[in-house]
Amino acid sequence: MDTVFLYSALFLAVIMLLSLYRAVFGPTVLDRLIGVNAIGSKTTALLILIGLIYRRVDMFVDIALAYAMLNFIAVLAASRFFQKRKGLYDEQETK
Amino acid sequence: MINFIVTALLICGLIFFFGGAVGIIRMPDFYSRLHPAGKLDTMGLLMTMIAMALYSLHEFSVDAILTSMKIILIVVFVFITSPTATHAIVDAGVRAGLEPWTKEGKGAYYDMGT
Repeated sequence: MDTVFLYSALFLAVIMLLSLYRAVFGPTVLDRLIGVNAIGSKTTALLILIGLIYRRVDMFVDIALAYAMLNFIAVLAASRFFQKRKGLYDEQETK
Repeated sequence: MINFIVTALLICGLIFFFGGAVGIIRMPDFYSRLHPAGKLDTMGLLMTMIAMALYSLHEFSVDAILTSMKIILIVVFVFITSPTATHAIVDAGVRAGLEPWTKEGKGAYYDMGT
């Protein structure tokens, strides 16, 4: 069962690289925000997988809960910040 | 038996994560990219977390029940926060005046049909 968890964790890390493409090359700031949000929600699953591999789930589940909350607050604060700054016009691809 | 269920749920969740990641790359527009981004949060995380909660319950004790309850609580928390985060990103895009993608390449913002 450890090999199943190990290979799913590796597959999850590869999927994170796909989301990292959108976070690096996104045309607008909000596209990068979508990529970062997707990576954060995958990290929540990856942390519990790491806990199952190391057999310390009771410790890693708290870290995963804190990471999910941090991800939510970061996305909310960043979207409010860029909405106030109005800095989105500069990087817009259409027009 | 429980190993088979856990593996099947884990593979289903990974398929949802993979589809969401491919959708985030391939969708043409910022607004349409938010759709797979919202889906992979809820469905993929639900299936993988249920799989891991079942696996951590296979030796039955009070600690295992507490760990499983915490994992399910993460799912409940993400089900509340993920639509909120997605809506906040959409709201920022609408207020900044980003135009949605149309087949002609350009479209007026409040006139989505043409």
